[in-house]
Amino acid sequence: MRTVRIGSGAGYSGDRIEPAVELCAKGDIQYLGFECLAERTIALAQQERMQDPAAGFDPLLEQRMSAVLKICKSKGIKIITNMGATNPGAAARKTAEIAKRLGIGRLSVAAVIGDDVLDVCKQHNSPLLEIGGRMNDLGNRILSANAYLGAAPIAEALAAGADVVITGRVSDPALFLAPLIREFGWAMDDWDRLGKGTLAGHLLECAGQITGGYFADPGYKDVAGLGRLGFPIGEVSEDGTLLVTKVPGSGGIVTEATCKEQLLYEVHDPACYLQPDVVADFSHVTIEEVGRDSVRVQGGRGAPRTATLKVSVGYIDGYIGEGQISYAGPGALERGRLALNVVRERLSLTGVRTTETRFDVIGFDSLHGTVLPRGREPYEVRIRVVGRSDSMAEAVRIGNEVETLYTNGPAGGGGAWKSAREVVAVASVLLPRELVTPTVQFLEACR
Amino acid sequence: MKLREIAHSRTGDKGDTSNISVIAYDKAHYPLLREQVTAERIKALFAGIVDGDVARYELPNIGALNFVMRKALRGGVTRSLALDAHGKGLSSALLDIDLENMTEPKVLP
Repeated sequence: MRTVRIGSGAGYSGDRIEPAVELCAKGDIQYLGFECLAERTIALAQQERMQDPAAGFDPLLEQRMSAVLKICKSKGIKIITNMGATNPGAAARKTAEIAKRLGIGRLSVAAVIGDDVLDVCKQHNSPLLEIGGRMNDLGNRILSANAYLGAAPIAEALAAGADVVITGRVSDPALFLAPLIREFGWAMDDWDRLGKGTLAGHLLECAGQITGGYFADPGYKDVAGLGRLGFPIGEVSEDGTLLVTKVPGSGGIVTEATCKEQLLYEVHDPACYLQPDVVADFSHVTIEEVGRDSVRVQGGRGAPRTATLKVSVGYIDGYIGEGQISYAGPGALERGRLALNVVRERLSLTGVRTTETRFDVIGFDSLHGTVLPRGREPYEVRIRVVGRSDSMAEAVRIGNEVETLYTNGPAGGGGAWKSAREVVAVASVLLPRELVTPTVQFLEACR
Repeated sequence: MKLREIAHSRTGDKGDTSNISVIAYDKAHYPLLREQVTAERIKALFAGIVDGDVARYELPNIGALNFVMRKALRGGVTRSLALDAHGKGLSSALLDIDLENMTEPKVLP
């Protein structure tokens, strides 16, 4: 049976670059996917684009493309990525520029556009999921609204001969489902196959998280070679069977356990994984080790897609100010607690306006409060005061009140640090899919 | 015996919802997980951390449970004031619970 080998070159926008180069050089792959677009990244990119119309794509695009374009072109490996963020067109032009600089003869670069649905969402005044209210309640705080597109426009670009396909917001698994649709000619209503392809994409999209990254727990789950972790390769057969593996000799492991953890990562009801192209069903999946770093995954299914697409809405949600300082040795915890009380009093005395605050002792209660069982007193602690304000000026005052503990606070406070930032939050709405029209734009780069 | 001796776990986040998988190293221990690691128990464990409902999904084929916890992330990673805004550390806390009537783990050859 015919198979396609797809490498996963990045699990998030800041991910390591050389594992992707290793996949190209030694992975015997036909496709390379880079998943680089987290929930709010697109809203941050939109802010950049508002400053500069040629900006708004992934900040590491130049580095990643420079590292892999030449070898991909020479081996015929097609690249698929959502590094276009809020400006896939500009990202495609930048990629063509890099190709020219590298002396690559002909490179066909396609941009998938149409995920920007800000205007139509405003017209619809769609209800906001989870947080309640409606789109237009956010008023002029709204930055962006991007629909999760499916695999179809990517597959279309590949069929038209694209060497590189750059998208904005698409569902992460679609980056990997698209080449399967292209190679095997799967129909867009072959729900079971689309479910299997989604399963493959879901397992691959976080790159190192299935090859032993985000897994190691010494003495329980030992993983060798984390510093040179290999990224995954999915070998998918025409019937949708997936073999997960990695480059021989690279660091990390691919086992039943690493695949099971990734299967359920960010999944709610495993029988109902909502995607733009299909409602995937992972509840009957079987996972079996068939060799060293070689795991067979079968049993993905699918049901017809829903009538709506999920849309991420980015909006400005106030400002967060923060300060930290450390205490060590005997009495560290008591001095840390005293420091928190001093800052609490100062914020009140000086009238810093906050809508929400948090007072943590890092090393003691900052992650899970004081409810869960704990051991003995720590040798060192770091206190953390963080608060939400309606203005940057107020947010700055929070960190300042931690910093002044240097000379005014408990004994031995060191390593003070402060920050203040604008918060770009993300809410979700559902939009009827007929209101979203993806298109593909081609760009030919010639020497 | 701690749950950590027979199971591993990973946390994921979507909006204000956290999901935690609990996966038996040896599928023979799956019935025990199913019996003792209940949604009610997880809800009680994370009282004060998780404000919403806890649902449990069962995956006998791979010997795993999946817990889905609503209102668990102080508004979600994009706006939370928490140090671990993703809730990545919740899986480690979960593995610390005690199991009852448990003999030494059976290791398959």
